[in-house]
Amino acid sequence: MAEKRHPLISLARVTKAYGSNEARIFALRGIDLSIESGEFISVMGPSGSGKSTCMNILGCLDTPTSGRYKFGGVEVSHMRRKQLATLRRFYLGFVFQGFNLLNRTTAMENVELPLIYRGMPPKERKTLARKALEQVGLAGREAHTPGELSGGQQQRVAIARAIATTPSVLFADEPTGNLDTARSHEIMALLRQLNREQKITVVMVTHESEMAAYSDRIIHFVDGQVADVENGHAPAAKGGRDQ
Amino acid sequence: MIWNTFILALRGIRRNVLRSVLTILGIIIGVAAVITLVTIGNGTTAQVTQQIAAMGTNVLLITPGQRRGPGRASGAPSFSAKDVQAIEQQINDLAGVAPAVSAAAVAVVGNQNWNTGITGTTNDFFTVRNWTIKAGRTFNENEMSAGRTVCVVGETIRENLFGDTDPLGQKLRLGKVSCQIVGLLKAKGNSSMGNDQDDCVIMPMKAVQRRFTGDKDIPFIQVAVKDGASTTAASAAIQSLLRKRRHLSDNEEDNFRIMDTKELATMLTATTKTMTALLGAVAAVSLLVGGIGIMNIMLVSVTERTREIGIRLAIGAYEHEVLLQFLVESVVLSSFGGIFGIILALAASFGATKILAIPFAPDISIIVIAFFFSAAVGVVFGYFPALKAARMDPIDALRHE
Repeated sequence: MAEKRHPLISLARVTKAYGSNEARIFALRGIDLSIESGEFISVMGPSGSGKSTCMNILGCLDTPTSGRYKFGGVEVSHMRRKQLATLRRFYLGFVFQGFNLLNRTTAMENVELPLIYRGMPPKERKTLARKALEQVGLAGREAHTPGELSGGQQQRVAIARAIATTPSVLFADEPTGNLDTARSHEIMALLRQLNREQKITVVMVTHESEMAAYSDRIIHFVDGQVADVENGHAPAAKGGRDQ
Repeated sequence: MIWNTFILALRGIRRNVLRSVLTILGIIIGVAAVITLVTIGNGTTAQVTQQIAAMGTNVLLITPGQRRGPGRASGAPSFSAKDVQAIEQQINDLAGVAPAVSAAAVAVVGNQNWNTGITGTTNDFFTVRNWTIKAGRTFNENEMSAGRTVCVVGETIRENLFGDTDPLGQKLRLGKVSCQIVGLLKAKGNSSMGNDQDDCVIMPMKAVQRRFTGDKDIPFIQVAVKDGASTTAASAAIQSLLRKRRHLSDNEEDNFRIMDTKELATMLTATTKTMTALLGAVAAVSLLVGGIGIMNIMLVSVTERTREIGIRLAIGAYEHEVLLQFLVESVVLSSFGGIFGIILALAASFGATKILAIPFAPDISIIVIAFFFSAAVGVVFGYFPALKAARMDPIDALRHE
């Protein structure tokens, strides 16, 4: 969707403050960042470094205190709630550390949810939802509720929900944070595959360098600022892990 | 979009079966209790009003002695035929004066028998008590003055002793007295005290005095005041007449009592209205308790709902879509509970009024009030937590603890 000369996402001097006056605490102290379409980005940093805050702003779940945020060349920081919701609805997908699935609701209905908000007719909606669940390896689990699924499976339902709408960007906030190593690698392989095959831009927050190694670029956050950007991990190594 | 919201709302209800059932139950109990109790109360009031109307509201009941408890006060002399005559002649604006002498006997026809009460009186009795002759006639002059054993019978007597045959002209044996039936009364049904008014045999007063009671006492006089005339004035006039006739000095209390049916009617209506109000108040408490139950259920689930709303907002729901969904959810639950409550209440109060033998008088305004009150509780407590959550930033809603 972005024109060639525009990066998909660009942040300029973005700050985020909590509290007011003397008690004011800055979670972000001027972030400059640009992400190209089709990239797989990892954001790393110690806790309290502002990586999740930055991610929530990128995902339009939170609004910056100051600075500019352009998505596909369009200024987002002045958008109203409804416009932000439209952006989330049509271009963004989310995967959270805590999964955030609707409980007592089947995997199928969870995945259908964003499609319902898109106003898709039931037949098409069900086909897409089934396809997304198949894609994350959960065919046959459509009627299971989150309570009946393991952590890894729940996270895959969450991924299916995020990709069912084929978003431009998939934001994943510590998607492997609640999972064991084997499940984590499965999830990462899945994200990598979605990034490669469906050209979905992936922005992921993680504190495990092992997981960050799947990405094209690693952005390190320290104390609310971008401290370092690591480029170009050997694609061969990642290819090896994909198998 | 509306359809989608509706689907989401129904899914929401299905997901939270327990919460939904408890909400519905709260509404059902509240609505059903209020409607049932008020309907029963109204039925009682309607019945009392009906019976008072049937009795006539312009009747004075005169009894000897002052009743201070159950039974007749002792020591006070009965009235005599002369008292009746005096009232008839000296008091203005009266529609009728009916003395009544009662006796009880077993009525026998062929091999059928029936325990009943006999009233000895004059033709004025039919006027005063609003009786209509369905077939036959009342007593004639000769029967009255000679005290002949003729009688007019009620519907219950006809039904139990004669079945399908015509009772007119037939002989009825009352104890040892044989009595010819000259008239049949139109059915009246039960009185406000619950006894069968149609179970009666009416004879000329002299016949009852001579053949049953054996004296010339009149223990009861009923007086009907003309329409439009004051019962209070008539009552006062009769009181002073009777005091004179019974030689009471100024410092003596009345040794008779005059009861005004209008007074009685007002008293009974007031009592039943108080009862209805009391029942209504009890029911209102249950409506309130039901409402608090709903409130608790809704508030307990606020955290969960807030997170749910966060999820919905995060994946692209608009604020108004989320709110509409929660509104539809509350409205569906509340109206379902309300309608079910109304049906239950109507069934229960219909059954209760049948058992209590009172009119079934549902009050549409109470039904509407109860329905809308509980619906409002359901909607307010289902909707407002959602309203608060939907106005948060999605990330705050997601993190809500």
